[in-house]
Order: sequence, then C-alpha cells, then structure tokens
Amino acid sequence: MGYVGIVLVSHSHELVKGLKQLLSQLNPHVPIALAGGTDEEEIGTSADKIQDAIKSVYSDKGVVVFFDLGSALINTELAIERLAEDNITKVHIADAPLVEGAYTAVVESGCGSTLEKVINVTKEAKSLTKI
Amino acid sequence: MLIQSDHIIKWMELVNDQIDRQKDYLTQLDQAIGDGDHGINMNRGFKEVIHKIHQTTYDDIGKLLQDIGMVLLSKVGGASGPLYGTAFIKAGQVLKGKQEITINELGQAFQESVNGIKLRGKSQIGDKTMLDVWEPVTMYIQQNENTLNIRELVSYAREQMENTKELEAKKGRASFLGKRSIGHLDPGAVSSFILFETLCSILLEENLIKK
Repeated sequence: MGYVGIVLVSHSHELVKGLKQLLSQLNPHVPIALAGGTDEEEIGTSADKIQDAIKSVYSDKGVVVFFDLGSALINTELAIERLAEDNITKVHIADAPLVEGAYTAVVESGCGSTLEKVINVTKEAKSLTKI
Repeated sequence: MLIQSDHIIKWMELVNDQIDRQKDYLTQLDQAIGDGDHGINMNRGFKEVIHKIHQTTYDDIGKLLQDIGMVLLSKVGGASGPLYGTAFIKAGQVLKGKQEITINELGQAFQESVNGIKLRGKSQIGDKTMLDVWEPVTMYIQQNENTLNIRELVSYAREQMENTKELEAKKGRASFLGKRSIGHLDPGAVSSFILFETLCSILLEENLIKK
C-alpha cells in the first residue's frame, strides 16, 4: 500500500522542519518532504527546491503540497508546471492552513486513502473552527 | 537602426548598475509594505544575469532574453523572481531566432511578458504591483510605435510608477496591510520603472529611436 506524499513549503526552513517532526510522530510511514527557504538557506521560497521535494515523495498515489504565504504559491505552481513536462502530474496544491491542513492530510494519507480523499479533508481543514 | 543583442546586453548592464545603486531605496520601500528584501533580491538576480550573459555570445535575441529570464527565475527569490523571470522568458519566446528587432516587435514581446505576469501572479491592473507599470507602458509603446518620443515614454512610465502610491495592495505581503499600504510606492513598480527607464536611455544613446 502506497501513501499520498505530503510536501511542506515555507519561507522558513526551520518552520517546516519543526512541522515535519510533529507530523512524523502522527504517522512515520507517510512520506513527507520539505522545501523551506531559498537555495541560499535564506528566508524565501525556491521553485527548484519545491520541484525536488515533490519528486522525492512522488508515487502513483500522488502528492499534496501545503504552503505558507505569497511567493510560495507562485513558486509551487512553477515547480508543478515543470514537473508536468516529465509526466509528474498527480500533484495538488492544498488551499488550506499549513499546520492544520498538513495534519489532517497526514492522518488521511496514513489510512491509505486516495489523492481525492486527502484533498477533500484538507478542504475541511480550511473551515475548521478552532474555538 | 534596429535593436540587437548587444543593445539588450548593454541594457542589462545599466539595469544592474541602477539596481545596485538603488538597492537600499528598493529595500526601504519593501520594508514599508513587504518583507524588506526587494533591493537585495533584485541586486543578486541582476548580478547573476550579467555573469551569465557575459559568458556567451548571443546572436539570437530570443535566446538572450530566455537566458536572462531563467537566471532571474531562480536567483531573485520572493515572488519577484518567478514574475520577472516569466516576463523575460515570454518575451524571449516571441523573439526566438531574431537577430534584430524593431520597437514594434519589442512591444509585441512585452505584451507577452504582461500576459505572463498576469497569469503567474493572478494580478490585474490596480492591484499595486509591477503590472501597474508593465501593462500601461507596453500599451503606450504599442500605440505610439511610429511616433514614440522617448522622453515622453520615460515620464509616462514614471507617472505609472507614482500612481501605485495611492493604490491599496491586493497581492503579495503588502495585501495583508490592506488600506495601510496606501501612501507607499510599490517596490515592484519602482524596479520595473528602473527597467524601462534604462531601456529608454539605451534606445536614446544608441540612436535607436527619436528623442
């Protein structure tokens, strides 16, 4: 049984590094990859890093990408367009908060769910009421 | 005389000089409504551009613009990297295989840049972004191609840049500020103005256009 891969994109490497530690505790089998910071390890995002991260957790089950802010989205879209040229196409960008979205996605992916199912739970995470 | 690769290279050298000189100003603008790295990012990006284009000999203007775009894409960082990168790559696609071009053709190439920026940034005019300079300036070049007055073009571009001051940001980090972004120039509009202003001075210096 394969798992839907999870990619965490953030302007800060430290931020997603911590998030990955948290998520790996939930389920150590779900493949999680990081793309935090620029190529120079500064604050920012890098299309190259995102592309490599997606590739590293990609399977026929697909990949869901979570991002924090602004340019992270633009660079993720760019990375996905380039991957499509290599027929890596089952990649979805989640419109959900990074922490809550990735948390629900890891739980769902860990059940062996399909990409569609994982996408649906991340949509629910968007409207989650916290208090 | 028509525009050739050497003119584009001189243009990039001038952009690099200007960005280098104004990087603190660009960063200050970005500190007001963004994340404060626009000057640093653009400076790094265009330095890399110069490094790259000095290593090769270019006949094909399209290839030259494509290479510039690829460097900007990966080296500028932030949203500006993909946006500026896309602008140059799209223009390069239009001018593929051309060794010399008219102002008219440059205008057509910029039109593709504008389309690319819009698509990549999901932005439109009035969002307080670089597009607020790129789109009107491109339209101005296309509409006045035969009677283009370079000094008028520069002041028109400056006006477009200054107009971003009164706009409320709808994109990027500045959009989180909402109405508090009003009263500040958009850093991307300012760097775009530098791009067009330096282009104009090359066109003028090289006698490529009427004064």
